[in-house]
Amino acid sequence: MTRTRHSRSRSPDPEEDSKPTTSSSSSSGGGTAMRVIVPLQGVVQGRGGLVLGSVIPCALFYFLQLYLKRNRSRKPPPPSPSSSAEHLPEVPGLQRTLSRAHLSPRGPGGPAHVSGRVNAILRSGDSPDSVGEKKYLEDTYDERSNPDGVIQLGLAENKVGLDLVRNWMVENGRGVMLGDELSISGITNYQPFDGLMELKVAVAKFMSQAVEGAVSFNPSQIVLTTGASAAIEMLSFCIADAGNAFLVPTPYNPSFDCDLKWRSGVEIIPAPCRSADGFSLSVTALDRAFSQAKKRGVKVRGIVISNPSDPVGSLPNREALYSLLDFATEKNIHIICNEVFVGSTHGEGFLSMAEVAESEDFDRSRVHIVYSLSEDLSLVGFNVGVVYSFNQNVVAAAKKLVRFSSISSPTQRVLVSLLTDTRFTQNFIRISRERLRKMCMGFIEGLKQLGIECMTGSGGSYCWADMSGLIRSYSEKGELELWDKLLNTAKIKVTPGSICHCIEPGWFRFCFTALTDKDVPLVMERLQKVAETCKSRS
Amino acid sequence: MRLVVPLQGIVQGRGGLIIGSLIPCALIYFLRLHLKRHRGSLAPARVSSRAESIARPDKSPYYVGLDRVSRDPFDEVDNPVGIIQLGLAENRLCLDLIEEWLCENLNGAMIGHGGDKDHLGIGGIVEYQPLDGLMELKGAMASFMTQVLGRGISFDPSRIVLTAGATPAVEILCFCLADPGNAFIVPAPYYPGFDRDMTWRTGVELIPAHCRSADNFIPSISALDQAFNQARKRGKRVRGILISNPSNPMGKLLPRETIHNLLHFAQEKNIHIISDEIFAGSIHGNEEFVSLAEILDAGEFDKNRVHIVYGLSKDLSLAGFRVGVIYSYNDDVLAAAKKLTRFSSVSAPTQRLLISLLSDTSFIERYLETNRKRIREMYDLFVGGIKELGVKYVESSGGLYCWVDMSGLIRSYSEKGELELWDKLLNVAKVNATPGSACHSIEPGWFRCCFSTLSKDNIPTVIARIRKVAEMR
Repeated sequence: MTRTRHSRSRSPDPEEDSKPTTSSSSSSGGGTAMRVIVPLQGVVQGRGGLVLGSVIPCALFYFLQLYLKRNRSRKPPPPSPSSSAEHLPEVPGLQRTLSRAHLSPRGPGGPAHVSGRVNAILRSGDSPDSVGEKKYLEDTYDERSNPDGVIQLGLAENKVGLDLVRNWMVENGRGVMLGDELSISGITNYQPFDGLMELKVAVAKFMSQAVEGAVSFNPSQIVLTTGASAAIEMLSFCIADAGNAFLVPTPYNPSFDCDLKWRSGVEIIPAPCRSADGFSLSVTALDRAFSQAKKRGVKVRGIVISNPSDPVGSLPNREALYSLLDFATEKNIHIICNEVFVGSTHGEGFLSMAEVAESEDFDRSRVHIVYSLSEDLSLVGFNVGVVYSFNQNVVAAAKKLVRFSSISSPTQRVLVSLLTDTRFTQNFIRISRERLRKMCMGFIEGLKQLGIECMTGSGGSYCWADMSGLIRSYSEKGELELWDKLLNTAKIKVTPGSICHCIEPGWFRFCFTALTDKDVPLVMERLQKVAETCKSRS
Repeated sequence: MRLVVPLQGIVQGRGGLIIGSLIPCALIYFLRLHLKRHRGSLAPARVSSRAESIARPDKSPYYVGLDRVSRDPFDEVDNPVGIIQLGLAENRLCLDLIEEWLCENLNGAMIGHGGDKDHLGIGGIVEYQPLDGLMELKGAMASFMTQVLGRGISFDPSRIVLTAGATPAVEILCFCLADPGNAFIVPAPYYPGFDRDMTWRTGVELIPAHCRSADNFIPSISALDQAFNQARKRGKRVRGILISNPSNPMGKLLPRETIHNLLHFAQEKNIHIISDEIFAGSIHGNEEFVSLAEILDAGEFDKNRVHIVYGLSKDLSLAGFRVGVIYSYNDDVLAAAKKLTRFSSVSAPTQRLLISLLSDTSFIERYLETNRKRIREMYDLFVGGIKELGVKYVESSGGLYCWVDMSGLIRSYSEKGELELWDKLLNVAKVNATPGSACHSIEPGWFRCCFSTLSKDNIPTVIARIRKVAEMR
């Protein structure tokens, strides 16, 4: 091996170790100091032959690792009891052995590792939505028992038609489960995971009713699953691979962040919409987002929209949907259309994506619709979601994936009865729409009196309100300050635009379907108080 | 000539810089541009590659058999020449008890007693529910699990996460414990469904740790070690072990010492243990069932790496209800699993029904007792028939199936021979049993036969049909 010999410092041979060497960069004194420094210098510089130059650094590094490893496991994990300890209900006879395990782990293994995905999921626990949710659950408003509690305006729980459903259940519930032909083994045994055929037929008919017969849905293209979230996640897995992306016009429903991304490894690329356009779909914004993605080397697989749009509540017209389909065809991507509020559109002119896809010579195999019975029928706890796809491969894959999110058969039985009672469903849709319209008008009117303008939507259960006049600094920070004030002072839980990824600060989403008529004035009163304090300060 | 030679040069890449390289490149570029411009109108919308592999029809004999039976199921009255199902571990032996209970209690259970503020009423069903299950149901489930998994154990309801079946429970745990590319060690032979449930969406690989008939199919630490080292050599990080107790397809109960060894092993390698105890209520033998929870209660081991999966599909015959349980001692995993139940939640009417059912402890006691007795009867009958054929089997104390050694009936002692026999059984004898190769058994000739979907009179028919094939050799 070759060794370079500099004039200033010479790398000694291993055999010459003991001999005092000539000058190094430091003092010219010989002696023991020199005898140690020069070889060390050689070691650091990786010179000094095989033994000194390579084996010794390796050996040192190895021992360092061993030392660190041993020390890491010896370090005891924090002995404090887990944070959930305070919330444990006092179950008699419960042994508190958890803290003991923390204090005395055995073996050199070290703390148990959880996956990286878990950390991403847990991190989302601190979003304003979940903080607000927690406060709401701790201090829920009740007319009689807790009139100062937090009023829920953040979740689309449709209680507008609750009494109708309740009455139906009381009248018909019993006969449903133990019906004549379908004996008990029909509900306890393994069923096809994607839902009973009778239920699919009934759901197809109901969906058709909800769009007033404009589309007839084919039951064999339906896959039933436990809620819209599961449906969206399934489509995400079927359409995109990990590392791909979806284009989503903003502002969008915050649950997309969980449903589209958490487990599927797919990214969301926002395509911002502006209030100047009424937050309507803009193909230019989508195009820009698409090119941005391409530049970064990310493959876009589809567009995800809500119809009626969530949170804005507007209904895209025929041209908008056509140009969207054109864009998707040109870029060869899919469209996932979340039509969860079809039956709750109380204005005019709702156009289902299914109708558009069926009407023209579009390649239907790129259109997929997500629907849910929970919102339209006030059946929140039932968790019934529908994947409706025109693509045979997607349907086949979804039928297999649905084993992870399959609806229980007692629920399916109840729903078959409920949905086949067409007299009830038609009546329900009519009444529900009427009530929603009144509610919506009343709410928008109330906000207008406070000086807050809304995007007048004709669909869904939301009011998209511009409260930028009340925020101190026109930024996300100011918006969150106002949100906090609304939650803690006015005791109203609303959804701030920032978690819907709206680029313009100050917009808030109010969901009014969980309210009764009496609650609306109360909400306005509380809002007024906050509005006054905000205005007086500025 | 003047045209051909330069062209030839281009094709062969000769002819200087311009002709030999620039022109082919330019041609290819224009070709691509042309294709790209026209792609939009020609190409069909592609699905993801993972959807393609999932949608492909399953070739495993486990699924092929189930599919064949669904198209031609045996029925004593309507279709006596149909295929008898021995491949699905579904319990139909005690449906009459459930039916009786539902008749008596249904009205109160699901619908409630009406009234506006009655918490158990319809208002309770259709209002906002926490996605990981109602607290009352978790409490009822905790007491039920104590009844089934071991009377000395008390389960903490806040550590329970309810999912839509045990299938998503296992998948959610895989998502929480492993990243894509990691691996789990599973003692083989194992339930064929794990190949699908644990790997389809999670990106996780399963590494079998083979158990042998000589060891009575109890997992040995040397086999686990071997699997672990194999994984390491291939650069796969092992994140956990998945065990079934009672095991599926063998029906063996893990002895206390084995569980201790497994826990030691997991601690040493710093990996997790998932214990699938879904058949714990189907113990028909005299052996003692020891749950992982019981060993952990003694307090010797680090609990952060242990997770138990349970469900009501087998023990309470409620497969259609889709109810599974994750019981985890790890707070991070618990918190993440609770959030992931938004995709696989149990619907509210079912939850209400189950609260009533599980709280009726006297009925549950009676049910579990009767269930055990009836499984024992069927097991004895089936095993008696098998013995008549001269076929060997493994003594088991749990589960709804029997692990039968038909290696004496196969022509060549190999997987091929086993599959030939499976085919003969399916098409000639019209009996669907699950071959050991579908369960990743390393010894050919073993078959899993589930007897819990049959009635007592069917057993002679089954034995006669198998005899036909046995004598065909």
